[in-house]
Amino acid sequence: MFRQAKWDEPLIFELSKPGRVGYTLPKPIEDINIEIPEKLRRKSRLDLPELSEPEIVKHYTRLSEMNYGVDSGIYPLGSCTMKYNPKINEEVADHPGVAYIHPYQDERTIQGALRIMWELEQWLKEITGMDRFTLQPAAGANGEFTGVSIIRAYHLDRGETQRDEILVPDSAHGTNPASAAMAGFKVVEIPSNENGTVDLEALESAVSERTAGLMLTNPNTLGIFEDEIVEIAEIIHRAGGLLYYDGANLNAVLGKVRPGDMGFDIVHLNLHKTFSTPHGGGGPGSGPVGVKDFLKDFLPVPLVDYDGEHYYLDYDVPKSIGKVKELYGNFAVIVRALTYLKIMGRESLREASEIAVLNANYLTKKLKGTRGYELPGKELRKHETVFSAEPMKKETGVRALDVAKRLLDFGMHAPTIYFPLIVHEALMIEPTETVSKEELDAYVDVLKGISEEAYSNPEIIKSAPHNTAIRRVDDVLAAKKPIISWRMYRELKEKGEIDY
Amino acid sequence: MGKHYLPNLPQKEEMLREIGFSSIDDLFSDVPEGMIKEFNLPEGRSEYEVFTELNEVLSKNRTVLEMPSFLGAGTYFHYVPAHIKYLIERSEFLTSYTPYQPEVSQGMLQALFEYQSMMAELYGLPIVNSSMYDWGTAIAEAALMTARLHRGKRKRFVIPKALSPEKKAVIRTYTRGANLEIVEVPWDENGHLDIEQLKEESKDSAGVYVEMSNFFGLVEENVREIGEVAHDSGAYFVVGADPTMLGVFEAPGELGADIAVGEASFLGSPMNFGGPRAGVFAVRNDRTLIRQMPGRIIGMTKDANGKRAFVMTLQTREQHIRRAKATSNICSNEALVAVASAIHLATLGPKGLRELGEVILKNTSYLKRHLSEVAEIPFEGLYFKDVPTKFEIPYDVIHERLLERGIHGGYYLGRHFPELGETALFSATETTRKEWVEGLLKALREIINEAEV
Repeated sequence: MFRQAKWDEPLIFELSKPGRVGYTLPKPIEDINIEIPEKLRRKSRLDLPELSEPEIVKHYTRLSEMNYGVDSGIYPLGSCTMKYNPKINEEVADHPGVAYIHPYQDERTIQGALRIMWELEQWLKEITGMDRFTLQPAAGANGEFTGVSIIRAYHLDRGETQRDEILVPDSAHGTNPASAAMAGFKVVEIPSNENGTVDLEALESAVSERTAGLMLTNPNTLGIFEDEIVEIAEIIHRAGGLLYYDGANLNAVLGKVRPGDMGFDIVHLNLHKTFSTPHGGGGPGSGPVGVKDFLKDFLPVPLVDYDGEHYYLDYDVPKSIGKVKELYGNFAVIVRALTYLKIMGRESLREASEIAVLNANYLTKKLKGTRGYELPGKELRKHETVFSAEPMKKETGVRALDVAKRLLDFGMHAPTIYFPLIVHEALMIEPTETVSKEELDAYVDVLKGISEEAYSNPEIIKSAPHNTAIRRVDDVLAAKKPIISWRMYRELKEKGEIDY
Repeated sequence: MGKHYLPNLPQKEEMLREIGFSSIDDLFSDVPEGMIKEFNLPEGRSEYEVFTELNEVLSKNRTVLEMPSFLGAGTYFHYVPAHIKYLIERSEFLTSYTPYQPEVSQGMLQALFEYQSMMAELYGLPIVNSSMYDWGTAIAEAALMTARLHRGKRKRFVIPKALSPEKKAVIRTYTRGANLEIVEVPWDENGHLDIEQLKEESKDSAGVYVEMSNFFGLVEENVREIGEVAHDSGAYFVVGADPTMLGVFEAPGELGADIAVGEASFLGSPMNFGGPRAGVFAVRNDRTLIRQMPGRIIGMTKDANGKRAFVMTLQTREQHIRRAKATSNICSNEALVAVASAIHLATLGPKGLRELGEVILKNTSYLKRHLSEVAEIPFEGLYFKDVPTKFEIPYDVIHERLLERGIHGGYYLGRHFPELGETALFSATETTRKEWVEGLLKALREIINEAEV
């Protein structure tokens, strides 16, 4: 039985003891007195904790024990591709040639770094069927913003200033409409048909001379391959728009199908999903963006080029959208992704997506028919599957949220829930290729067990989780009475307004 | 060669049969004819081969451990205490996703709450999000936020001309969609932000941005006055600060900032060729401001037993709920980099942070004094980390000759600031060594003499 560590670990501020020291610092080269203007000298309180190094190490080690990662067990968050993060990635990225180089160093002193970026670009080009990549974006959404900014720049460059609409399916990730809006577009939502794919008629009637492009992920967020992708591309291109590929779901077709061959003009990838780099509890990620040849002049600066002898940073990108992040991108993540690709190679990349798809379909078949869950849309899935707990909710009052919480009791991470928005009580499950058949069987068994509980003893689910570091979190209270920092907490506590 | 990551590969046929498929191709029957292709990619190789190859490639980089470097200009060589890397590489932290399930993610949530709390202390503003991508995107998001706060009625955002070109480029790209006009205010004869010009430019602006030490390393003396000008014109006041200076210098919140931004990775993370980083984003405790804030925020609450707990909160601002109307598109952020900076801050404590700031100030001053023996420092004043240094011979000659001597010189300013002539930014931190500066001086004297002959 799973029991997560429960440390009752105080805030680090509460562990502080005046006078304790956790640091060493080199002495200044010369101990001269520096006059700081009175009006700039710090006079306000600086309430940082004071601890010794062993206390700090214990505090964070305990916190880590109350955290669940890919290394802890199955982590099938839909659309997040929580595959195993190979340890060799970390080993390679530990090289001092990663940590201790400055981005403004003379190019002759950073040939290794530039070569790594250039090589990764060559891999990504072949994998996506794009002609040029920028590795600058820090994450998927940063990549989306890059992509839609390129779409905007492209149309403006052609004098088509009226193209101010970006189309997104109603099943799209929230970042798609948000990125399009940030780049100044109006967002038009396209409904899905009963198969869960883009409704061609609706798409046909939505396109116009105002259409700048369509953002699509394929397979879509239901895990269903958009089998009419050729027709979709035709409709968009005929209308004068561009087709944008959200790479969140690339793991389904990695090494088998290239977005470029599906008709996409722009692609963003997530190195922290498809290419096995760790997600660090929310980041860093990396969101490279690739484009077809006719869009390469709009990419952010600098690009990395190779003249046959030397690698260099190329700022000569005539119509560049500028920069979406400082410097060149999350280099330490880029190194890890290249390590992964070089080990995987052509054959295993294809095998990875095949097994990812096999695992998702295996889980789908095994779970289908279980009381309380239903499977909306087509049965054949790609890398992920979406069940609805709507029948369970209607019949027992147990919601998708409760199912998720109960899963945690068994040492298994919950799926993504309540997404995509078009499925009620959605449970979006993406096992990835790196879990074993036994783990899949166990996951299905637990989901079936939860179904039985729902119809016999729903309270145990509604009050879950029971075996985690804390019991179910009151997120309503968190929003009603925001406590965002130690400073706020201290004030509220002193006023006697809170008892926790 | 990636078969060792694929447990089910040997069970493939068995699993297919079990669910009624005869081959993998059946699973891809929904992909249009001819779309599945054989990729032209190298074959996989063993871990050993890839490790040695990439090790060799990375060894071609010359690191600041083997070559004295005076580069700064927005990226600095700080020492990162060893335990920080060990702790953030605990695999429960490293391999976790965004903490969507708070009950199994208390560790990361509490670590991020503590990050927010420590940054709130440093910047003097109680509401901090759990990170942006970097300082540059944090300013850009602040610009967009000030425009939203003015409900689109004000479309100007004022920045100093003496700002990093990287940051300027990010701000311009980010604000194009919202049609913001980015206005640059020049520096006055002392190198500080020109307040008279600011009074003109800040009229009808949504926000005014200033950094506590500008791109040239010069400490901005009039932050409070600049804030007053901003507020008098109805603009929000956004202050950028390098966190390593805030043990010594007053908190932006105390100087009138409505929003403060900065670069968390200057604490706890190595340079990594410029990434990953993490942007600090802090605001006053004001509902109007909080509602318009970008990024993920961790809050304290209770669990069902009344026990203290942490959770992502105020999410109705975010893209997964508000979609096109979200305050930002940000989803993945830089959580682990933020945690590293928090561990570093806990390691330093108030005393250590002050000492770090003092050591940097002293080393910068030492560097400046030595540089002034052979070159001109364009502005008098207090410098933090960067020192602009103007030479009488072309800087590329100096750069080349220094490199020949195994020293990496500063960042050439002429490309983006031609009015400064042959000026480069030389930088010092706590890692700068006496023998480096002495070696630099000796080399510079030789180079200048050679050029005169």
